[in-house]
Amino acid sequence: MQTDKRTSSKSPTRVLTVVQALREAVREEMRRDERVFVLGEDIRIGGSFLFTLGLLDEYGPERVLNTPISEAGFVGLAIGAAIQGLRPIIDFQYGDFIFTAFDQIIQQCTKLRYMSGGQVSIPLVFQLPTGASGRGAQHANSVETVFFGLPGLKIVTPATPYDAKGLFKSAVRDDNPVLFCVHKHLYGSKGRQLAASSISRGHVPDDEYLVPLGKGDIKKRGSDITVVANGLMLHRSLNVAEALESEGLSAEVIDPRCLVPFDADLVIDSVIKTSRLVIVEEGNERGGWGAQLAAEIAGAAIGYLDAPILRVASPNVPIPFSPVLENAVIPDESRIRNAILEVMDH
Amino acid sequence: MQVLNMRLPEIPDVAPLADYDAGLLTETYRRMVLIRQFEMKVNELFLQGIMPGTIHLSLGQEASVVGACLALEADDVITLTHRGHGQALAKGLSADALMAELFGKETGCCQGKGGSLHIGDMSVGALPAIAIVGASSPIAAGMAFAFKRQETGQVALNFFGEGTANKGDWHEALNLAAIWNLPVIFLCENNLYGVSTHITEVMAIEYVAERASAYGMPGRTIYGNDPIIVYEAVRTAANRARAGAGPALIECLTYRRGGHKRDDPGAYRPQEEVEAWFKTDPIPAFRDRLLQDPRFSTSVIEDLEASVKTAIDASVDLAQASDTPAVASALEHVYAD
Ligand SMILES: Cc1ncc(C[n+]2csc(CCOP(=O)(O)OP(=O)(O)O)c2C)c(N)n1
Repeated sequence: MQTDKRTSSKSPTRVLTVVQALREAVREEMRRDERVFVLGEDIRIGGSFLFTLGLLDEYGPERVLNTPISEAGFVGLAIGAAIQGLRPIIDFQYGDFIFTAFDQIIQQCTKLRYMSGGQVSIPLVFQLPTGASGRGAQHANSVETVFFGLPGLKIVTPATPYDAKGLFKSAVRDDNPVLFCVHKHLYGSKGRQLAASSISRGHVPDDEYLVPLGKGDIKKRGSDITVVANGLMLHRSLNVAEALESEGLSAEVIDPRCLVPFDADLVIDSVIKTSRLVIVEEGNERGGWGAQLAAEIAGAAIGYLDAPILRVASPNVPIPFSPVLENAVIPDESRIRNAILEVMDH
Repeated sequence: MQVLNMRLPEIPDVAPLADYDAGLLTETYRRMVLIRQFEMKVNELFLQGIMPGTIHLSLGQEASVVGACLALEADDVITLTHRGHGQALAKGLSADALMAELFGKETGCCQGKGGSLHIGDMSVGALPAIAIVGASSPIAAGMAFAFKRQETGQVALNFFGEGTANKGDWHEALNLAAIWNLPVIFLCENNLYGVSTHITEVMAIEYVAERASAYGMPGRTIYGNDPIIVYEAVRTAANRARAGAGPALIECLTYRRGGHKRDDPGAYRPQEEVEAWFKTDPIPAFRDRLLQDPRFSTSVIEDLEASVKTAIDASVDLAQASDTPAVASALEHVYAD
């Protein structure tokens, strides 16, 4: 177990899932700050991943707004509300539906501050279930990849309950728009599949804490090779690294936790130590954050590398439905393992 | 030969000005003249190749924007369109800061980061303009949401053109504003054309305001070339919104004097329509009405016109003398700290 290294000492903890941790986070932030409110489709019954379960009873319809199916409308509305001093959180049923509000995000949300010479700020959190989960191509987007190149947004991809809670609270307090992308297999909501790994449930302190945006975390220390992975891929990479450990190979596993801003220094320091790098992400390979990271490492630390950088990602296809095909496209543990061994063999 | 569609103006009877405060009437005329002269000057600078960028002039639509903005309070907020110079000046944005922004100067209202399509100044309640058609309507509704939640008593006014009323964002915004009873006024400047496309080609109903009933809010179509008619309609809607009665849609029938933007002569418009509407030019019409009022003399009005001209010439000098932004500022304002 890697999760409770920060929390084992003082504060009492409970073992939670990501969605339980997120529910605590949103409640605490709504209690702390009157300006925070939540809107989204069917959130009176908890939304799709039960992120808002019970919230309406606690905070009432003034602060928990059940919306029409009207993504462009309510994203724009949240932008306007944020400009005038409120701090909205939008709960998307699936992150995949955000594309019907593309203009509001790409053209309005990320640019109004810039174009106005800094006259406005837009504190706004998008709660976005991301990634493939057996539902075919239109419910399988790695939303974070699509927005990765866009200036003006922050992008968070938490993978553990501890990180999810601390990062969510930081996102709500940030004065910028933040895409908070949680893999659909990581919430642990009732009736939903939960990734099998040592970190999908974890200790969360009773006391309040924050995890800063833009700081990565070493989830497993190692000396032979650096593996950088986020979201569901972190879980798979950690499973592989734990198995390899018993075979005598010591992999260091890093979770960037945030894609924007990205903690490249943490990866550089690790690569200087291990001289080998594998990057794992679920999204399509072309244009993924792993490509950017590979370029940065090549620029900053190529002299330290003893082997080429390998990337593991989905091929450049929409995600197919058939479970056999979906599993073939999304990186699995054997592909991650093979990539690590290939870099080690070099 | 294609038969061009056409809509001619119907000029209503207008009430005497005697009931209105002389200060309000003066300010109405001053802002209309300011917009007219500002835009004429901008057009001239463009044609001389002195001013960079692109422009969408609002010549001819002065009465709608001035009537609407003067009916609002100073802390009410408007959203602007791509045709926003008039909207901005009507809301009280300084001509100096606007002119400098059009020149891309550091002293511009957005420090040169916005340009003609994104002018605005939050301190006078003008959200920097949104150039994507329809996108401002939900944002205006959202500002109104914040006003309502925070009980500030403010109202948001969303300017848009009739061509915008076919966009999904716009419909979503009206619905949200209606179901949540938001203090927002949707103000359509119906100038009959979206670029070259006549309203009758893209809407199977006659008036944009008819759509209000589909969302459960009041809708009114009014003559938009008289500032007092617009003032009254917006005043009523704003009072209603402030009293908690929710949004309204107001459609001002007007006409742009030029093409869609500076390189467009507007040749797609039938001559009969152009001539009929040009006769309704709001500025001479309002000037004549003022002169019928004993409180206004020709000399007072000419003095006002001359002082506006002096101010605009000064704004051009100031803008041209201003520094361009430091290159390093291109990297600023992406994120709030
Ligand atoms: C979404 C979108 N589509 C197209 C354009 C290009 N465009 C700019 S202005 C305009 C016409 C808008 O017409 P209307 O809303 O009636 O406003 P007007 O120009 O008459 O003031 C178009 C098509 C745009 N800016 N945004």
